[in-house]
Amino acid sequence: MMQIFKMAFRDLGRNRRRSFFSALAVAIGLGLLMLMSSVIQGEMGSAIESAIKLQSGHIQIRAVSYDENKSSLKWEDLIENPDQIAEQVATLEQVKAATPRLFASGFLSTGDESTGVQIYGIDPQSVANDPYRDGMVNGNFLTAEDREGLLIGKPAAEKLHLQTGDKVSLSVNTSNGDVQEQIFTIRGIYTTDTYGFDSNTVLLPLTKAQTLTQTEKHASTIFVLLKDTSFTDQVVNAINAPNLDVLNWRDLNVLFVEFETMAQSYIFFFYLIILAITVSVIINTLIMSVYERTREIGILSAIGMRSGRIMGLFLAESILLAIGGVLMGLVVGVVSVRLFNINGFYIGNMGLSGMLVSDTIRAVLTVENTVRVATMTFIATILSGLYPAVMASRLEPVEALRAEK
Amino acid sequence: MEVVKIENVTRVYQIGKVETKALRGVNLSIENGEFTALVGPSGSGKTTLLQMIGCPDQPTSGSVSISGKDVTRLNRNQRADMRRGTIGFIFQFFALIPTLTAFENVEMPLLLNGHTPKQRKERVMDLLKAVDLVDRANNRPDQLSGGQQQRIAVARALAPNPTLILADEPTANLDTTNGKQVMDIMKKLNQETGVTFIFATHDPRVISYANRTVTLEDGLITKDSKSNGKN
Repeated sequence: MMQIFKMAFRDLGRNRRRSFFSALAVAIGLGLLMLMSSVIQGEMGSAIESAIKLQSGHIQIRAVSYDENKSSLKWEDLIENPDQIAEQVATLEQVKAATPRLFASGFLSTGDESTGVQIYGIDPQSVANDPYRDGMVNGNFLTAEDREGLLIGKPAAEKLHLQTGDKVSLSVNTSNGDVQEQIFTIRGIYTTDTYGFDSNTVLLPLTKAQTLTQTEKHASTIFVLLKDTSFTDQVVNAINAPNLDVLNWRDLNVLFVEFETMAQSYIFFFYLIILAITVSVIINTLIMSVYERTREIGILSAIGMRSGRIMGLFLAESILLAIGGVLMGLVVGVVSVRLFNINGFYIGNMGLSGMLVSDTIRAVLTVENTVRVATMTFIATILSGLYPAVMASRLEPVEALRAEK
Repeated sequence: MEVVKIENVTRVYQIGKVETKALRGVNLSIENGEFTALVGPSGSGKTTLLQMIGCPDQPTSGSVSISGKDVTRLNRNQRADMRRGTIGFIFQFFALIPTLTAFENVEMPLLLNGHTPKQRKERVMDLLKAVDLVDRANNRPDQLSGGQQQRIAVARALAPNPTLILADEPTANLDTTNGKQVMDIMKKLNQETGVTFIFATHDPRVISYANRTVTLEDGLITKDSKSNGKN
């Protein structure tokens, strides 16, 4: 066995450049797989993270009749005394924050321009709103008592040429179907690095939003953030809210979950393409090596080496190539992920509508993904040695001995 | 005792639609310890006959027995097993494994036979001594001259203590001095160990070493003569 590997190692050393490039092909294949899987992981991870953090939370509690798409403000579609329910939910130990939110739709106008916006009435003190607080570009965050202030996202501010301190007019639908209009001062500009969210979401203090829309002491939803996503089902079961809907993040992001499933199958297809290219390079190299060594195989057979052992010799070569290639590939993968992350990949607002995708994709290399793609590459490389090895072992010794040098 | 017994052996090669009869009914019996030369012009069937005996190839009809055992109907791995302990090969080209040192090349058949490292080392060193190449033990074939390579090949053929050594034009690629040296070694080993040698050649200097000369023409044995051979 040792002798077989020793011979295989020396055989690879015979044509160092070719062996190096073969291993490099494996390495580049693996590097690409690692980069791809970590970019996808980064994008998917960031998308679900953004969606949970900014839009859906881990859990939402809503009135049964509430329709998300209409941002209904009728009292029967809202939750009464939301603070009480939120406080109750917040006592569960897995819960990081539970806070009422009110959603409304409206129009934001300056002197000559206007844009449709989604209005979020939020409790400025809740830690659930940290993503907005931490994303302040300039100005100050809201305070609960503020009656004339609002925050707008950076893309919206740029579009409407607005700055902190500017005045804007906000028209909002109310619970009885009227429209209320009021002049607000922009207290600050925020960014969550998510174009789909920032370009059309205006933040108001909850109480002001309730007054404006005539929905006092009501909220559209109780937004619940957990300490860890894995607690979701546990907490959903623990919440006792009769006559209310308790929805988890999967219910709230159906589109996203479907997209992820679909993306996974596409990605697998791309993996196969990359592996197929790598495998064909290795097969080609080893077949060439079998042809070049036809006579040697004949000699080994003539001195009594059985075909299984001859096969083993070539398989050992592909195992060594696989080991070398995978080790190099891990380096290539880690380096390319690092390089990718120096700037990230800016996609701007190319994200799919309805999905909150961060405007910059960053690759996230997980141990699990690395082990998976490295194993796939390793096995594929060894399997690609199988055909040439069988070919070598089937060479008739007499044919092999006749081969010209 | 008969080492090789060949009965009515034919071998027909089908190349495209053309049939070539390389052997056309050969009968030959070789006794233990003989130093036999197979001679004849190119294409007379010398190499084919050697391959029938060494069993990399099999006859179209007829039978071949080695040490009383019919090897005609053995499968590939059985033939490999058969060769491993019984038959040593020496080829016209210096058939060493280029990635192995001289020592390792000689060691290879012993390794395949499952000898212990200690047994292997002793045997290999003895053989290198016999072919006078102990100081070249750690050289790779490309660091050896043609004559040295062929002597290593002789040592390798002898390593597993075979009953029979087949040599196909062993001196064809060597100059006179090296050719003589290789033949001297082969003859000496034949006399010392009693191992049977069969070699195909058309070099008269080589033929002069043989104590039996079998002449082949067009796939048939036309002459079989014994002599004392050169010592």
